[in-house]
Amino acid sequence: MVALIGKKIGMTQVFDDQGVLVPVTVIAVEPNKVVKVKTAEKDGYNAVVLGVGTKKKSHITKPYAGQFPEGMDPAVILREVRDFTGTAEVGTSLDVSLFEKTRFVDVIATSKGKGFQGVMKRWNFGGGRSTHGSKFHREPGSTGQRTYPHKTFKNRKMPGRMGRERVTVQNLKLVRIDSENGYMLIRGAVPGPRNCTVMVRTAIKKSK
Amino acid sequence: MNLIDKIQNAQIKKLPDFKVGDTIKVNFKIVEGKTERIQAYEGLVIAIKNSGIGKTFTVRKNSYGVGVERVFPYSSPRIDGVEIVRYGKVRRSKLYYIRDTIGKKARIKELIGGRKPMKSAE
Repeated sequence: MVALIGKKIGMTQVFDDQGVLVPVTVIAVEPNKVVKVKTAEKDGYNAVVLGVGTKKKSHITKPYAGQFPEGMDPAVILREVRDFTGTAEVGTSLDVSLFEKTRFVDVIATSKGKGFQGVMKRWNFGGGRSTHGSKFHREPGSTGQRTYPHKTFKNRKMPGRMGRERVTVQNLKLVRIDSENGYMLIRGAVPGPRNCTVMVRTAIKKSK
Repeated sequence: MNLIDKIQNAQIKKLPDFKVGDTIKVNFKIVEGKTERIQAYEGLVIAIKNSGIGKTFTVRKNSYGVGVERVFPYSSPRIDGVEIVRYGKVRRSKLYYIRDTIGKKARIKELIGGRKPMKSAE
């Protein structure tokens, strides 16, 4: 599995080889610096730590700077990728060309926050009739039984905060990569607002 | 948005300057298995919609007594070219009324002398 840290730019449309207009999400990828390579012998598992950007000098603490190899500016965003295939040496940087032979990708990001939402939006409850004398519109309804069990079970679906959670969207088609300008086009929508950080990795379910 | 504009502008095609009311001939590439051929579709432009990469135009023709409308994406790579057969003189941007007309009413006046080509934005 290979993966990169990117930034969601927004959506647009492009024509593919067949001349069909395809909806795509543009993801900009700055050079991903390899900060650390973890091995099974030393750390108990194989992984690669990638970093993007350069942190402001006044924001750097000594413990944070200590993670980076000498001569590398501390990165703003750090992400770990488990079982990284492909060559990754500490100090080198990776770009979109890493995905040259990939056809499908998974995208991981934090979704847009929706605030406090009711059960119909949050859990797709059906709700009640709006007219014909109905007094039951968007309420959650019953949350349990009576004397026995005399409590509402855990994990009951109720109103509450929705969104702003880690979401993975699998098996999105990689339409185009442009290593010159450092971006890739992924078919369809991707979680998160514009300018958010996303992880793009090769599709786990499509790779053999 | 700069990067998105860049991606879009790279794909936008420049076709001959036709307008609603013109009769045009669209040379459309059709892929049949492995061979590719060009099919001409001639008719009246009754609408031009949207802008940028999503721009489309609707061409209407009468095929053996049946009205046929086709919507073409303006910047589609499958459009080989567009020829303007006849300039039309119309006062509307959408000619949907033509669907309900037959005979003499379904005609569009010709713009005698053609139209001056629009100044390009460059």
